[in-house]
Amino acid sequence: MQAADGVNRLVSEPDEFGHWGRYGGRYVPETLVAPLEEMTAEFMRAQGDASFWEEFHELLRDFSGRPTPLFRAHRLTEYAGGAQIFLKREDLSHTGSHKINNAVGQALLARRMGKRRIIAETGAGQHGVATATVCALFGLKCIIYMGAEDVRRQALNVFRMRLLGAEVVTVNAGTRTLKDAINEALRDWVTNVHETYYLLGSALGPHPYPLMVREFQSVIGREAREQILQRTGKLPSALVACVGGGSNAIGLFHPFIADGQVRLIGVEAGGRGELLGQHAARFHAAPGSGGHLEGVLHGTRSYVLQDEGGQIATTHSVSAGLDYAAVGPEHAYLHDNGRAEYLSATDDEALQGLKLCAEREGIIPALESSHAILPALNLAKRLTKNDAIIVNLSGRGDKDVQLIASAEDTTA
Amino acid sequence: MGRIEAKFADLKRRGRRALIPFVTAGDPDLPTTELLLAELARAGADLIEVGVPFSDPVADGPVIQRASERALRNGVTLSALLGCVAGSRHRLEIPIVLFSYFNPLLQFGLERLASEARTAGVDGILVTDLIPEEASDWEKILQANAIDPIFLVAPTTSDARLKQITGRTRGFIYAISRTGVTGAREEMTGAAEALVRRVRDCTDLPVAVGFGVTTAKHVRDVWRYADAAVVGSAIVQEIERCGSNDQVVRRVGELVRRLLRTEDDGA
Repeated sequence: MQAADGVNRLVSEPDEFGHWGRYGGRYVPETLVAPLEEMTAEFMRAQGDASFWEEFHELLRDFSGRPTPLFRAHRLTEYAGGAQIFLKREDLSHTGSHKINNAVGQALLARRMGKRRIIAETGAGQHGVATATVCALFGLKCIIYMGAEDVRRQALNVFRMRLLGAEVVTVNAGTRTLKDAINEALRDWVTNVHETYYLLGSALGPHPYPLMVREFQSVIGREAREQILQRTGKLPSALVACVGGGSNAIGLFHPFIADGQVRLIGVEAGGRGELLGQHAARFHAAPGSGGHLEGVLHGTRSYVLQDEGGQIATTHSVSAGLDYAAVGPEHAYLHDNGRAEYLSATDDEALQGLKLCAEREGIIPALESSHAILPALNLAKRLTKNDAIIVNLSGRGDKDVQLIASAEDTTA
Repeated sequence: MGRIEAKFADLKRRGRRALIPFVTAGDPDLPTTELLLAELARAGADLIEVGVPFSDPVADGPVIQRASERALRNGVTLSALLGCVAGSRHRLEIPIVLFSYFNPLLQFGLERLASEARTAGVDGILVTDLIPEEASDWEKILQANAIDPIFLVAPTTSDARLKQITGRTRGFIYAISRTGVTGAREEMTGAAEALVRRVRDCTDLPVAVGFGVTTAKHVRDVWRYADAAVVGSAIVQEIERCGSNDQVVRRVGELVRRLLRTEDDGA
């Protein structure tokens, strides 16, 4: 697929400075350039080192429980009455989400670099738990930054991180969510740069993070591709995944980029309305939504929700993990060149998706992953039983049960 | 010759070093900022740094974060900020440098920003999260509008990068005194002096040292090895203490005079 502008839509690789077209790159305080260069060099060495990947895959197998199954969702398939629906069961990973893949990879890298103090941000707490877990595994000091609002919403995960020996720092600045947790982690890093490794949890931030996180998460798509070929004898018609920063989505999508017939569908958080502040749909172009704007946040150039003065917007989603103003730069690139499509699902639609999956498949997905379910069912309806759709069930919903219960209380 | 270059040339002739105070525009409000700029100049500032408030100031410590929040609550926009600089210009001869994060500038439009900043009388712009690798368009646009692009260097910057960065900066080099965010400190480390020495090996441009420069003693110490000392959080903290008190302009002026008083090392 070669578009008129010469862009080949069947590859998606950044240049040596981490640019996907106009997106990505490094927009950071000068102090962080040296550690980012050091990290990039070490990652490049690790990429060519078979023993690094051997240890990575061994840990994913024995510690995390990979490969995760590709489950044929019979009753959701029957409900939609069209394409066969498969669920990629990242929720069955150790610690309950795909976040462990990246945490294992980066912890191995930190160890190679001799860094013994690990910092990380977390929104829903899934990345924080994954990071605390690998730090316990490798005997590394672990500090997790988490917005006060998320600490409140995700008390169970805060407790899990502390059980695993991590220090959880509550961030009271700004909007008290994921973006403020990242701000605070960056300030820590800039201050303690020599001994600290910043284990960023999504496919965003300055180069090399978007590339590196994608490489560690691509295990999802490679497994899924092999599994679906084995099961159905052909490639799926579409992949559907939720997109916050976008690590689970890019991990599933990337091994299918060259398969032009496979539609790649990302689902953003539509929240509770289209106006700025009510959602986290960065690609959404509705007037007054603050979406569809280019910007720079947390070291990378991408689509960023912001006001007309360039101040980063408040966002809303029922799921803490999607409640973020920017999106990973590779998604921005795939959006613009048309290789991937981006939709949104509202809070209510996510809750409906969660219930359908729980009642019809016996699986309670995370609220984040639940955003992908209704769009997948709607698509399945328009396809035939000869088609297959893979939905990335990026995490499990245990952490959300209390929140869902209180949401039901207020709507009942 | 631009105002910044002329200023440093004049200081050099007179064997003097520079003090560069920093204020966040719109803290406590824009009319007060305009009064503050005039008072800073009267009190002996050689250049002034004006902070552009941003919602996510990752390079700043709590003091300047709070100043940004106050300014944004007041609804300060880049247009209004440039209006404030323009309004001060007829009373001020000294150079004015904007200190910003990249996103508000990007959203305003880089061409439009450069041309309106020039008209308002801005002499240089320093963007804390824009490194030269990402700044080629930015440099061209600023230079076309006779505004100096000022880049920062840090103790972690390699010698190879120092060469590259100093080669692309105009006006002066901003040397970050230590690894960390902005904020007042009891002590300054030796990292700044070592960094300035490395910068001198690459360029004849004047070097300003900032981050953590808090007291008259710090200023004096920085002047031993650098051309200018930037004092930010200590001044912003004084503004914060005054709140909406009408003494704020006088108190900030006094603080700057204390910083400049050679015989008084008590801050």
